[in-house]
This record gives sequence, structure tokens and C-alpha cells, in this order.
Amino acid sequence: MTAYLADVAALARKDLKLELRARDTLPAMLLFVLSTLVVFHFALPADAGEDAAYGLLWVALVFTALLGLARAWVAEREAGALDGLVLAPSDRSAIWLGKSLATLAFLVAAELVALPAFVVFFAPLDASALVGVVLASIGICAVGSLVSAMAAAARGREVLLPLLFLPLAIPLVVGGVGASISPDPGTYLVFLGLYDAVFAILSWAAFEYVVTE
Amino acid sequence: MSITKPSLTVLAWGAAALTTLAAVMIFALAPEDADQGFSQKIFYVHVPIALTAYACFGLGAWKAYRLLATRGERYDLESYTGVHLGTIFGVLTLVTGAIWAKASWGVWWTWSSNQLVLFLVLFLFYCAYFMLRFSVEPGARRERISAVYALFGVALIPVSFFAIRLANDFIHPTVFTREGPQMTGEMFAAFCVSWASITLLAYVMYRVELAGKRIDANLRDLREALQP
Amino acid sequence: MSSGEKYVAAAYGVFVVVVLVWVAILATKLARLERETGELARLARARPAGEQADG
Repeated sequence: MTAYLADVAALARKDLKLELRARDTLPAMLLFVLSTLVVFHFALPADAGEDAAYGLLWVALVFTALLGLARAWVAEREAGALDGLVLAPSDRSAIWLGKSLATLAFLVAAELVALPAFVVFFAPLDASALVGVVLASIGICAVGSLVSAMAAAARGREVLLPLLFLPLAIPLVVGGVGASISPDPGTYLVFLGLYDAVFAILSWAAFEYVVTE
Repeated sequence: MSITKPSLTVLAWGAAALTTLAAVMIFALAPEDADQGFSQKIFYVHVPIALTAYACFGLGAWKAYRLLATRGERYDLESYTGVHLGTIFGVLTLVTGAIWAKASWGVWWTWSSNQLVLFLVLFLFYCAYFMLRFSVEPGARRERISAVYALFGVALIPVSFFAIRLANDFIHPTVFTREGPQMTGEMFAAFCVSWASITLLAYVMYRVELAGKRIDANLRDLREALQP
Repeated sequence: MSSGEKYVAAAYGVFVVVVLVWVAILATKLARLERETGELARLARARPAGEQADG
């Protein structure tokens, strides 16, 4: 068990270090999410309620996540390293977990910029909304890492990734928006937790089949 | 793996007979619904088609699981065919559902029909299945990736359904309701026969389509073996 | 036909049409498979007897 966790930590740390050095994904995500929020200001009609703004926040988060996910496996692919990782004696699912945690770190970093910006530009966010963001981010990274690995094996992967990811993201958007605007956010938060549990377990179990030749 | 066994002929004739019986029961036996009038009869074709779509997706997922668990060669085409037919019946669900919506409420689409919205999400998901399949080189990897995706699909069905139910609380769509038909015995019997006939038809289609794919694959192998 | 009847006809009609389109597509595929089988049979017959592939 500890060997497994050590593998996961090593893999996640590698991704974070690479990003720290190359700095190509995270700045792009930060800029993207801010630009999107500004575009939304112009896209919303003057009398649109606050609720519309929360919906758009989630659109911004999902597409920012897509940006990060699109680059999730690029380093491994370019260096041919994914085969090496797969051949290594560690459990393949550790690769998925490490990647998901690293992607989650990037997404959270982007959210640390996006959420304050949203509060300043549009509307306040309460505790349940923030918990919703955290839970949904976990789901996004869990499912996204798997789906991104699928797309990485395909031609036209930049186009394919959003097509694979968006239908799976719909329940997360529902949960997140509900947690932000509903008077009873508990149901939505429980739902997000359930989504995370189901799809994290599925992704964890299925990853090995996606990456082995 | 044979096209014709277990006896496809019997099943096909059975589907024809059941369909005839269903048509008779729907239009001659079942009474007209008091609230909705004649257009309620769409129910007898729309709901079985939806159930059959779920069944096909389930079949595709089951074969996908078998592929991952046993690596049997046959399961890839079986899973693919199941998903393909599920998508066809899914589209039919959306179209017949839209027609029924227009007949009942005067609009072609409404976000308040949970089933329609669910099928829309599933349609998007399974369309991506085909895009995925055609973007990956044929081989064991493609089979496995397709199988994993098909399994994710059936996990998505209940999760999406709950999401859509929850979404209705805050999207506040114009809620249309349809008085569920107070089903008489004849209506229920007609529904069951219709459901059975459409399920059987789908299964016959599945076997025929699968046979076509297998023959195609065999011919390709044969061609490779025979080329000088 | 009343409008209710038109909608019912449309719904059942779409179902029938889609199944028939499926039949047509499969028929086209069958024609191609038949042609290919013929070609392969020709190829197989043309091979000199001593070169029959095993299995």
C-alpha cells in the first residue's frame, strides 16, 4: 500500500515539477479563465439574474479544465514515456491517480484566481458553492485524466477530448450550479460526492485497460 | 459463431408475428385515452423504443465487460453492435418523443421531460463513442478503449438521470405534464406485446448486423491470406 | 385525418422508415460482401494446386 502511495506521490510530484519548470499549462489556464469571465460579462444581457452568472462560472471552469486536461498527457506522449511508465512494475492505476492529483492541483490553482475574480465581477460565493467547486473539481480531474488518456491514443485528439469529456461533465455542472444557487445545496453536494465516488472508482479500475497495448 | 444459431429464422418470424399482433392490439383493441385522445397511441411505440435503447446500451456494456474480463475475440464486435443499435434506438426515442411532445403540448422540445433530456445526453455520449472508435487504430487497444467507454456509458445513465432530476429544481422550465394513461387491462396488454415485439426486432437486427460485421472481418483475413 | 392521427402516423412512420433504411444499408453491405466473396473465390481457384494455404 505504501509503495503504491509512494508511486502516486512520485508521479504527481514529477508533473508538478515539470510544470514549475516549463510553465506552459498553468499560466494558460489562468489567463483563459479570466478572459472567459470577461467575455461572459459582455455575453450576459443587463437584466440577467445572478443565477445566470453562476451558470457561466461553471462553463468557464469546465472549459478551463479541458485546457489543462488537453495537456495532461502531452509530456508523456512526446517523450514516449507513457510506455515506460506502463512497463514499470508499479500498478498502472497509480499513473492515473498521480496524474489526476497533479491535474487537480493545476485546476485548484486556476480556481484560486477564477473564484475571487468571479466574486468581484459578478456575484458572491458562499460556503456551499465553494464545497461544490472542490467536489466537482475532483470529479473533473478523475474522469478527465482517463478520458484524456483515451484521446491521447487517437488521431485528432484535441478535438476528441471535449467530445468525450463534455457529456460526462454535465452532471458535475448540474451539481455545481445547484450548490451555488439552490436554497438546499446539501442534495447537490451529496450528488457531487456520489459522482466522484462512482467515476473515480471506475476510472481507477479502467485506466490500465486504456493505456496498455 | 453462427449467424443463424440459435435459430434466427424463428426469431425473425416471431418478431413479424408479434409486430402484427401489437399493431392489432394497439389500434383495434386498446381504448383511446380520455385525456390525450388518439395521440396517446404514440406511447405504445415511444416507450418500448426507449426501453430497447437502454437494453442495447446495457448489452453493449455487458459485452464490453466480458471483453475486458476474458479478452475473448468475439466481444468487441458484439459490444460495438450493441452500442450501435442502442444509438439508433436512442435517436428514434428522441424523434418519437419530439413528435409526442408536439402532439401533447405543441412544442417539439421541452427540457422538463427528464427522459428526453437524458436521451439527449446519452446521444451525445454515444456519438462520441463512434468518433473515438474511428480515431484509434484498429487493434487490441481500440477494443479495450471502446469497452471502457461503453462501460462508462451505462454508469452515466443513472447518474445523468439524477442530475437531470436535480437540475429541474433550479432551471424552472415550463413544466408540461402528461396525465399518465389510466391504463386499462387492454392498454397494458397492448403495451407489453408492443414492447416484446420491438425488443425482439432489435435483437434480430443485432444478430444480422453482427453477422455482417463478422463476415466482413473474416473476408478481410481471407483476402490477406490469399493475396500472392 | 385529425392532427392527433397525423402525429401518431408520423411517429410510427419514422420508426418504420428508420428500420427500412437500416435494411437498405445492410443490403448494400451484403452486396459488397457477396462481391468480395466472389473475388476471393476466384483468387483461391486460381492458385496452383501445390500452393494451397494450409488451414
